[in-house]
Amino acid sequence: MTRTALLVLADGRFPAGGHAHSGGAEAAVKAGRITGAQSLEAFCRGRLHTAGLVAAALAAAAAGGVDPAGLDAAADARTPSPALRATARRLGRQLMRAARATWPSDELDAVARQFPKGAHQPVVLGLTARAAGLGPADAAYCAVYESVSGPATAVVRLLSLDPFEATAVLARLAPELDRVADRAVTSASAVPAEGLDVLPAASAPLLEIGAEVHAAWPVRLFAS
Amino acid sequence: MHLDHFPHGPAAVGADARRPDGSRRALRIGLGGPVGSGKTATVAALCRALRDRLSLAVVTNDIYTREDAEFLLREAVLPPERITAVETGACPHTAIRDDISANLEAVEDLEDEVGPLDLILVESGGDNLTATFSKGLVDAQIFVIDVAGGDDIPRKGGPGVTTADLLVVNKTDLAPHVGSDLARMAADAKAQRAELPVVFQSLRSEHGVADVAAWVRARLAAWTA
Repeated sequence: MTRTALLVLADGRFPAGGHAHSGGAEAAVKAGRITGAQSLEAFCRGRLHTAGLVAAALAAAAAGGVDPAGLDAAADARTPSPALRATARRLGRQLMRAARATWPSDELDAVARQFPKGAHQPVVLGLTARAAGLGPADAAYCAVYESVSGPATAVVRLLSLDPFEATAVLARLAPELDRVADRAVTSASAVPAEGLDVLPAASAPLLEIGAEVHAAWPVRLFAS
Repeated sequence: MHLDHFPHGPAAVGADARRPDGSRRALRIGLGGPVGSGKTATVAALCRALRDRLSLAVVTNDIYTREDAEFLLREAVLPPERITAVETGACPHTAIRDDISANLEAVEDLEDEVGPLDLILVESGGDNLTATFSKGLVDAQIFVIDVAGGDDIPRKGGPGVTTADLLVVNKTDLAPHVGSDLARMAADAKAQRAELPVVFQSLRSEHGVADVAAWVRARLAAWTA
């Protein structure tokens, strides 16, 4: 592997569609739950330990070679909101396109054929890491970082929050990101012996509810 | 995995001229330009002018609503299944240039679901003078400005004005009311664009969108030749 491949994949400018999504931040801003840097940090922390952990474990398992179809079903089972499931598949499809162009691989082609409308994004993220020569820990790091960097960037646009403050939030969360990524890798490594049920299933009801409400808005800046 | 269930292989990743089944895909033309310059009105007029002879679809990239898609639906310029709205996260220029994946999906899904198509118009939400379409998304692009936005825009240039395959100066009927000098705009555009074409149009005139429609037909003839 090359360490630089990890930077390419983790770059916020990697063209995989993430720029149009707020990770639930737009709904939380409208509901008054994010009003500044402090509440952004609380929101990101909650997302990290729930959706972020689940995504990181799925990504790590996919990067480690676990069957993508099984992981995709496991992702469905961990995503109650139909709107979030649709978003995850749309982003998975977009990431798949970017991944196949960036790191061509037979394995990616096969999964693209199997899921023409997209597999869950964390599963594709793990497969992408694999195609890039990266490992489960790299995939988990990408997933946990995405789980907080997306909302932070979105809140800069939504609230005109000082971008330095938003970036400082991410830096303050870094030690927690490390711990969540470790936990995700540990559970993913247990899948071959213990099956998919060993993967975490942490849930954030407000994110799920917020996603359903947001999907019904006629006017919004972000797709989710 | 049963690969024989997927005889055409996975979808294309970029702007390949052929679809996975080997057929030629639709010509894709992008329309960009500042807010309020008349992009959606031009798209609507093009649909009316071309829909009887060509199989058409439209992708809109609104900034924060589905207004452009809904305008086209309300005007009934095409059946609803031929109009798709892409959400851009407040940044149309990102969705049409830097990260085109959502737009590529929209054009490919339209070809799968309502195709075969001859032409797909990809409209950007109103943006700034630097917003241009990626060559990975469209085959040609039209930049639409209007006389009321200031007759100095052609002189100011910028990637849209200088490099678009066609520059449209819209709302020429308003020129006397807003004090815009059409001759000066034409001279400035010529200086910025050399041989690249410029069309001055008023959709309220009888001639309407005819010049732009003729340009589109010529591009299509070259694409299918």
